[in-house]
Amino acid sequence: MSDRFRHLLAIEPLTAEQITFLLDQAKPFQQIQRHPLKKLATLRGKSVALAFFEASTRTRISFGTAAMRLGADSMSLQAESSSLKKGESLIDTVHTLEAMKPDCIVIRHAASGAAQFISERVAVPVINAGDGLHEHPTQGLLDALTIRDRRGSLEGLRITILGDILHSRVARSNIHLLSKFGARITLCGPAMWLPRELEQVAPGVRRVFSIDEALEGADVVMALRVQSERLNEPSLPRDEYIRLYQLTGARLARARPEALVLHPGPMIRGLEIEPAVADGPQSCVLEQVTNGIAVRMALLYLLIGGTGGLEDLPNASD
Amino acid sequence: MQVVEKRQLMSATEIDRTLQRLAHEIVERTPDLNQLVLVGIRRRGVPLAERLARNIESILGRNLPVGSLDITLYRDDLSTVAPQPVVQSSDIPIVDDRDIVLVDDVLYTGRTTRAAMNGLFDLGRPRRVRLCVLIDRGHRELPVEASFIGRTVQTSSSEIIEVRLKEIDNEERVVLVDRVP
Repeated sequence: MSDRFRHLLAIEPLTAEQITFLLDQAKPFQQIQRHPLKKLATLRGKSVALAFFEASTRTRISFGTAAMRLGADSMSLQAESSSLKKGESLIDTVHTLEAMKPDCIVIRHAASGAAQFISERVAVPVINAGDGLHEHPTQGLLDALTIRDRRGSLEGLRITILGDILHSRVARSNIHLLSKFGARITLCGPAMWLPRELEQVAPGVRRVFSIDEALEGADVVMALRVQSERLNEPSLPRDEYIRLYQLTGARLARARPEALVLHPGPMIRGLEIEPAVADGPQSCVLEQVTNGIAVRMALLYLLIGGTGGLEDLPNASD
Repeated sequence: MQVVEKRQLMSATEIDRTLQRLAHEIVERTPDLNQLVLVGIRRRGVPLAERLARNIESILGRNLPVGSLDITLYRDDLSTVAPQPVVQSSDIPIVDDRDIVLVDDVLYTGRTTRAAMNGLFDLGRPRRVRLCVLIDRGHRELPVEASFIGRTVQTSSSEIIEVRLKEIDNEERVVLVDRVP
């Protein structure tokens, strides 16, 4: 228990109760985004190391903003500018960062398991901001918060995830999270990105290769970014992807009338999603961004305030 | 450590009467009642603010805006408590240019009031802020005083005042308890 909540490494080991607690804790931080004065002094004097060994703009800015709004400082390390280019090992870089005495390390790395690896070797809480093809837990949480706000509950929803599921840690975190609340999850995309093993990730997951069938009756549709470099391995012409899998207004009409459209960003308009859908009334894309800050503020508050993480699940009624 | 009840300070009837009097005092000392907003400090300030508002409404014959404020993120002792206290939502109607009365159950060190004022000022710039408490027990650590006081009680620092309200505690009374080693 204490290990599980000292860090946030993945959604998979969390219980539905713990996830609900984290989402509830994000609510007051959502309010703060609407305050005229958004900066608190709660974590004044604390600092957060943002160790991004893989390119990222929005996640890094979101964590940096979350730290800033809590009154904490952040120090940022980016792959392009770091000694990694000069051949320093991951663990040496992290120890160097740790010697700068941050109160928390947020890490993104291209290797699955990197956050876990680091968490076993440093004394401060570690938050996984995306590790390889494994998980991106804060994205899972902010997506769940967005869905819960619009739907009132996460219980038993029908979720359709479109695109490159195989290479998506966002999809993996979402599958783990939503399945704990009894979601029925439909994965849809080209066969090369939809291996059979994905059905074993969590209960209630099925694969469907026709987008029309996959969208039928969905409560929530998540479109993933298509990384154009991946279209070459094995090859699938861009036009062919658009023709077969783009989320268009006409296709979305097969989902429930008020179905939500989510996208983790960065969004490539005209490839995985039609611009009219991205900007339409069902789109939650900008809410996702705002909620991302709230979720990350809640986590930073829980992990680095106080005298040492969340040893036990606090009693939410008091 | 054990906690023993020493004596009852207020009964349900006395709490009710005191809140009636405090409502009259607030009305009497608020020149522009259109600007008045009551803000309860979580947790027990919230039902007290709601009851005061109802009392004032029955004097004025119209509705009064009431809000609630969670001060967890503004506490000055977060680095000494573990695990982290759970943050609750705040719900404040309007702050800018209003005449605000903060409502709390017990005024003790003054640190909660300080935190509440910080929280309030993040939401806007009130014209005036006053404090209304059911019990003032002394032992201030900050230059904070209440404008409206239900009852002043002399206490020692080992004693605890417990305000129990039916909305939260399923009973209605104020008791003085003591810690015995």
